[in-house]
This record gives sequence, C-alpha cells and structure tokens, in this order.
Amino acid sequence: MDLKILYFASLREALGRGEESLPLPEGVTTVGQLRAYLHARGDAWQALGEGRNVRAAVNQRMARSDDTLQGGEEVAFFPPVTGG
Amino acid sequence: MNDDQLLRYSRHILLPEIGVEGQEAILAARALIVGAGGLGSPAAMYLAAAGVGTLVLADDDTVDLTNLQRQILHSAEGVGRLKVESGRDTLHRLNPLARVETRALRLEGEALEAEVAAADVVLDCSDNFATRHAINRACAHHARPLVSGAAIRFDGQVSVFDLRQPDGACYHCLFPEGEDVEEVRCAVMGVFAPLTGIVGATQAAEALKLLSGCGATLDGRLLLLDSLSMNWRSVSFGRDPACPVCAERARAQA
Ligand SMILES: [Zn+2]
Repeated sequence: MDLKILYFASLREALGRGEESLPLPEGVTTVGQLRAYLHARGDAWQALGEGRNVRAAVNQRMARSDDTLQGGEEVAFFPPVTGG
Repeated sequence: MNDDQLLRYSRHILLPEIGVEGQEAILAARALIVGAGGLGSPAAMYLAAAGVGTLVLADDDTVDLTNLQRQILHSAEGVGRLKVESGRDTLHRLNPLARVETRALRLEGEALEAEVAAADVVLDCSDNFATRHAINRACAHHARPLVSGAAIRFDGQVSVFDLRQPDGACYHCLFPEGEDVEEVRCAVMGVFAPLTGIVGATQAAEALKLLSGCGATLDGRLLLLDSLSMNWRSVSFGRDPACPVCAERARAQA
C-alpha cells in the first residue's frame, strides 16, 4: 500500500502540492527518515529540513520522528500557522 | 437572570446542554481575548452576544483601512482609533449588558500574568509566535484553559489546551518554541476574509463550551483548515514528555 502524504499551509504553498502518494521508499522505516527522504529532493523541499518548524502526524495522530512506518499510512506534514 | 436576560438568552437556555445553569456560568465568566483583529473580532462578538459577563480586550494597535476587509469589530469611522476602543463600542451595541474592559497594550510580563490569572478562559487571537508562547506559559502557570486560533492566506488552525487538567498538553507540546519559525504576516501574505470568521467563531464556540461545561472541546486535537478546498483535518496529540513548560507545571503542582 502506498503512503499518502499531505502538506499543509505554507508547506503546501512552498511545494506547490497538497498531497502525493508513493510506495514506502527503500530504507525508510520512520517518520524522520521519510522527512529526510523528501528533503533530499532539494529546492523547495528544503522547507522540510531539520530545524524547520514542521510537525508530522501519522493517521491523524501526532507523530515523533522515530515513529515507524510500514507503508499505507497517511502522513501529514504541517507548520504552525500564526496570523491573527 | 432577570426577565430581559431570560428572553435575550432564551435560545441558549432552550438547549438542554446549556440550559439556565450553563447560561448562568457564561454570565458569570470573564474571558480574556488577546488580539482584536481578524480572529478576535468574531470571537469577541459571539462571546458578547452570548452573554459572557466580562470581556477583556487586549491589543495595542489602531484600526487601519486594510483591517476592515475582515476585522468586523471595526468600521470605516473607526480608522485611526485604538482597536480596543472601537471594539468596545461595537460590543456594547451588540449587547449593552456585556462589560468590556480594554487593555491598549501588548500584554506581556506581569500584566499578562495578572490578566490570565483573573480570566476563566483565554482566547489567543494574536498574530505572532512570541505572544503565543507567552500566553501559553501564563495559562500553564495559572491553570487556565486556552483556546488558540490562527489564520493566514487560506489556512487556519484551531485547538484547545485545557490547562485546568493537570496532564493536559500545552501549545509548546504541539509547536515547540525555538525552532526556525517563519513569521508570515497578513500584510505580506494576505488572508481570506471569512477564514478569520470561521476560525474566530470556532474559538468562541470552544470558549462557551469550556465555560458552560457542555460537550467535548478540542482539547488534545488540532484542527487544520484549508479553506481553498474547504477541507478540515483533525490531528490528535498528547503531552510532550520533553516539554519544558509542562515540566515547570508539574514542578509547581508537586
Ligand atoms: Zn507542554
């Protein structure tokens, strides 16, 4: 089963897409590794770099970078929004 | 409640989840609203109309023509006035029974602590991370429920941190401070007018539920709204064991 990846707010804006599906990439077993894999695409994907304020949720539950992925999950990446 | 109040609030009283008891709790409550802009406008208007006894409006800004596209507390004749004064006048027109206190300053330090300690519920309608984290720390310190909203472009976020609960998560658990933050402002990025209404009205709904004790709040859930596709997503979260704000709370409670 493919991963369904969702991007929110300024991330969606920066990446020019709100979602994508892909098979669990080779060597990726955790949320942090998925983020690093996506970050390595370069250019706009720098927005997912380490230290950037982006949180991840797996199947609509907040996840930590060492939480494991098996494929088939819905992974959402989102930054905090601040405007009032 | 007198006859006028019984009539004015009858459509709340008719709701069994609220009733006379819930409405009494709303009338006795004091709500602190930090920010009288896009989110603070609808939040304050619904809370005033619904009968919240005392509203404290805090904002150091004045009304600008560019605010009027979405900040419905203010109108054309208010341009140049303090937002809290323009807001107070609007709220009094909506409900002369509501007491409105104005704080024409950027709430921080001792003043923030005192206002949070005096409030029954705190609505974060501010526009920057520093203020959001300061409000969160004060709410954690004084065990006050925090209703947090944010809106920019077409994107909204809203959540509740019920810090009356000893093991409730806080804003810092969700979005840690100190990471590289991209401060985006409406002045640069734009904001979809009714998005602020949707998020601000949601904050008012959560505040009224917290005050009257009805329903289930957004405590432990973050709602993400993409108003361009009008999709809502809910993400559940718990306390971050590494959160320094919660560690401080635990020390204070021990
Ligand atoms: Zn915390």
